[in-house]
Amino acid sequence: MRIRKELFADERDDDLRLVGRPVRRQDIEGHVTGRSTFFADHPVSGLLHLRCVRSTEHHARIRSIDTTAAERVPGVRRILRWADLPKKAHNILTIFNFGIDDEPALADGKVRYLGEPIVAVLAENPRAAAEAVAKVRVDYDPLPAVFDVEEALKPGAPLVNEYIGRNWFRYWGDYDCQQIRFGDVEAALRSADLVVSGRYQMSPIEHAPLETNGCIVVPAEDGRFTVYTCTQGLFFSLDNTAAQLKIESNRLHFIGGTVGGGFGGKVDTVVEPLAVLAAMLTGRPVRYVFSRAEEMQVSSPRGAERIYIEDGVMRDGRIVARKIIHYHDAGAYSRLSTYGTIKSAAHHPGPYYIPNVWVDSWCVFTNRTPSSAMRGFGVTGGDFALESHMDVVARAIGMDPMEFRIVNAYRDGDMKAHRKLTQGAALIECVQVAAELAGWPLSEEARRASSRVGGGGERARIPPTPQSRTRAPAAAGRGEPLRAGVGEARRGMTPPPSWTGGQPATAPAAAEPGRREPPLRESERREPPSEPPRSGSGHGAIRFSSVFGSRRR
Amino acid sequence: MAKHRGRGIASVNYPIGMNLGGDPSQALVHATPTGKFVVTLSSIDLGQGMKSVTRQLAAETLGVPIEDVFVDTADSDTGPHCMGSFASRGTHRAGNAVIAAAKEAKEVLLEVAAEELEVDPKDLELDGRGNVQVKGAPSRAISVRDVAQRAHFKRGKSISGRGMFLVPPSDVDPETGEMNPVTTYAHACMVAEVEVDDETGEVTVLSLKAAYEIGRALNVKLVEQQLVGGAWMGISHALYETPEPYYPDRSHGPTDFNEYLMPGPGDMCPVEIELLERPALDGPYGAKGIGEMCATPPIPAIANAIFDAVGVRITEMPFTPEKILRALDAKAGR
Amino acid sequence: MTRAVRLELNGVEVAAVAEGGENLLTLLRERLGDTSPKAGCLQGTCGACTVLVDGEPVLACLMLAEAADGKRVTTVRGLADGPRLHPLQEAFMDGFAAQCGFCTPGMLVAAKALLDREPRPTREQVIEAIAGNVCRCTGYTPIVEAVLEAARRMAGRRG
Repeated sequence: MRIRKELFADERDDDLRLVGRPVRRQDIEGHVTGRSTFFADHPVSGLLHLRCVRSTEHHARIRSIDTTAAERVPGVRRILRWADLPKKAHNILTIFNFGIDDEPALADGKVRYLGEPIVAVLAENPRAAAEAVAKVRVDYDPLPAVFDVEEALKPGAPLVNEYIGRNWFRYWGDYDCQQIRFGDVEAALRSADLVVSGRYQMSPIEHAPLETNGCIVVPAEDGRFTVYTCTQGLFFSLDNTAAQLKIESNRLHFIGGTVGGGFGGKVDTVVEPLAVLAAMLTGRPVRYVFSRAEEMQVSSPRGAERIYIEDGVMRDGRIVARKIIHYHDAGAYSRLSTYGTIKSAAHHPGPYYIPNVWVDSWCVFTNRTPSSAMRGFGVTGGDFALESHMDVVARAIGMDPMEFRIVNAYRDGDMKAHRKLTQGAALIECVQVAAELAGWPLSEEARRASSRVGGGGERARIPPTPQSRTRAPAAAGRGEPLRAGVGEARRGMTPPPSWTGGQPATAPAAAEPGRREPPLRESERREPPSEPPRSGSGHGAIRFSSVFGSRRR
Repeated sequence: MAKHRGRGIASVNYPIGMNLGGDPSQALVHATPTGKFVVTLSSIDLGQGMKSVTRQLAAETLGVPIEDVFVDTADSDTGPHCMGSFASRGTHRAGNAVIAAAKEAKEVLLEVAAEELEVDPKDLELDGRGNVQVKGAPSRAISVRDVAQRAHFKRGKSISGRGMFLVPPSDVDPETGEMNPVTTYAHACMVAEVEVDDETGEVTVLSLKAAYEIGRALNVKLVEQQLVGGAWMGISHALYETPEPYYPDRSHGPTDFNEYLMPGPGDMCPVEIELLERPALDGPYGAKGIGEMCATPPIPAIANAIFDAVGVRITEMPFTPEKILRALDAKAGR
Repeated sequence: MTRAVRLELNGVEVAAVAEGGENLLTLLRERLGDTSPKAGCLQGTCGACTVLVDGEPVLACLMLAEAADGKRVTTVRGLADGPRLHPLQEAFMDGFAAQCGFCTPGMLVAAKALLDREPRPTREQVIEAIAGNVCRCTGYTPIVEAVLEAARRMAGRRG
């Protein structure tokens, strides 16, 4: 691996002693001698083992739970139910005043996904716990389930999560999705030489860390609880556990920091609250560790994402408009998907300067395992779509894909779609170096291009932007009023026929472009907005922060 | 029936730290009576090298040998708050906090050394080998050990520092989406070369060649670990992985490593990487984060290479042999 | 039903009482205090619990504890010669062949079994030897390189 020190050398002070050097890892000796202490390696005697009875239905009301036979299994000490929970529903972002408490740690009379925990068995050994779990009888009254994000948004779709009250998360009070509005996308699509559409789908992905999620809780001599954990956020999990158990945070002492892989799969704080509750109720140390099968199917995966892209491009290779509808499949509960959806909107339209951008990013609930963060949260699915689409568009206009990226790459001083100026850009240089590495010929012009030259000026401008708020069709069906003066027409959920949505995605023709005239859409007939387009620093903005939550400014 | 080769590219950027900021990290640094240093954090090392990179940053900033610094994490009774290890934030956020704490500790160290040497603290520097010396006059020096001894037992001064780093939280305009997601982005461009067997639908990745712009490589081997391991995960995401093979259908879900497919050691291709360093204005020595970006570009690069090889556009991840064969059939009108 | 199990663990004779049906991994980790073999799946599909039983690599999660009675068991903690680490351990350290470290003990034991049997392995042999050990972090390349490097160093020492 080589460092190209000659690039951006004038921006760096390279007179450093240790920085850059391949210093050996501090933890490596522990790793190779088997002395590194992971959470499960702390010796604790007298443990109770926690194991959950899990839903065998995707969506059902629970008629009854019979634990009689389970309680008779030798070694079983207690069975926890929803009634034992100090806080009946929780979301890990509400401690920062964002989102809605929408998930019970044990089923609240209904299950919303396959594998949802219903009751928790505490036993003297793992075998007794497993035996008891098998002997709990749950009587279900199955409900219709919905698995597809676009189906979930249709009027009449089964309601997944009553705490949320609709199958999508509402942003900033009354917005059905996270929007980006920058310039007049519809006009730009009309004036483009070519419009190219595509539909992309990322299936869920499991983190599959070698160490599964888990923790060991030990009642300590000072009335507190010591929690050995593999969480990726020590205080995040501590504070969420305290909130969920309604105890003061200083009754918890979390110890971790040596974790057998995470990749985002150890943030949700699923095991700690139940295990601490179990320790509080029994006075015993408790161990709760996911089996590999639970890790694979019940722990939150990287959520599925479906992305529709419509690009307007000129013959010379400039993308003049990019319109995106991005669906995030949150599964049955919010976890962190509400946050990832905003992040995905902020990431569009990728590392390019595009003067007209429209994004609707939706957080949608379905009857599947709740999804959450994973390595590249909010970005990976989008980049798969964007960069696949860049290839499609480059081919459509007959341009080399490297050159196409350099032509459109953002440069210092360019205005991004989220209305912040680009600084520190380096995409062009990466393309140039990769081309060199791969022996990919570039034109003289492309080789001379620079992230530091050619940006700003006209490209720093925030273009006039028509207002247009997207509404879910189900919301419209409920008669919720549209804001006066907002005449947005396309209701987003059903892509127009010109889009490739709905066709088998693997069909080769589906995503490949054909030359066509930009379709006349409903949106072109809309009334002009009664309010002048806003630009610059918006009024009425809402603050979201991990710390202070959301509030009107 | 034949094997076809193709190349595809992808270029990406990656936002560093939690979207919209507001995600703080703290660090404490203190010297022992014999002049060794302990960095105390609550940040998590899940393999990415948190303990190692913060140790290197502390030693660099303090000006002491790496062996004289150890990082202690993560115990909520001793380590100050850190938001957590995710969102490519560890190096950037905790790294900055460690530098700030090390600077504060170093100030005390130099102050005590200046009193001992009867000079102005501004005229002092550390030699990186465990001594404080007068700039331009290295013979006038005192060891860090002696400074720590005097600070503790003679002058009653604590050689310690507190550090905190916070990117202020951003507003979001609900209508336009105006916001300040992050303060800096990393960049990459990758070329994937693949071979597609049109009889079995199998894809073999022959090579990945990539340029990564990461601000500053704080430890070049730790960077390589992330980029190579991430490239492997990207291949895995592209070609193999999902707990729901027929999404949105919930059936056929794998429950173990025999069913949940990932490339083995024999499936890994050569990865050739060159690094670029355009320092982040607010990064620790300019560094950004690379823990997440590295797994992204292989996915579209491989999709594009498959199209280049056999002319079918796979728009659903993962790109399994079944999907490729169905697409080839559709293309051939079968 | 409990059963006394006597075995030689990393050169030391030890004894413990195992529950009926208990696996060797539980015996090592919970009864004998050697937590170096890891529980990654308890299904025999990840390799994190690999130990040597009479020199042969075995998945400790799939072996009954009582079946190890009278056998010689080596975990990664038995690789070092006193304070001197095994060349494999040295090569893993120098080659940055571990990230989270959870697969590392099993990986090293599997590699040790290979080098005991085949001191000058080809790359393909190394790949085959560790193919049952899942690593989620490294992409395997540095691990394969480190095993080959250890073999080279050991050959050099034998000289």
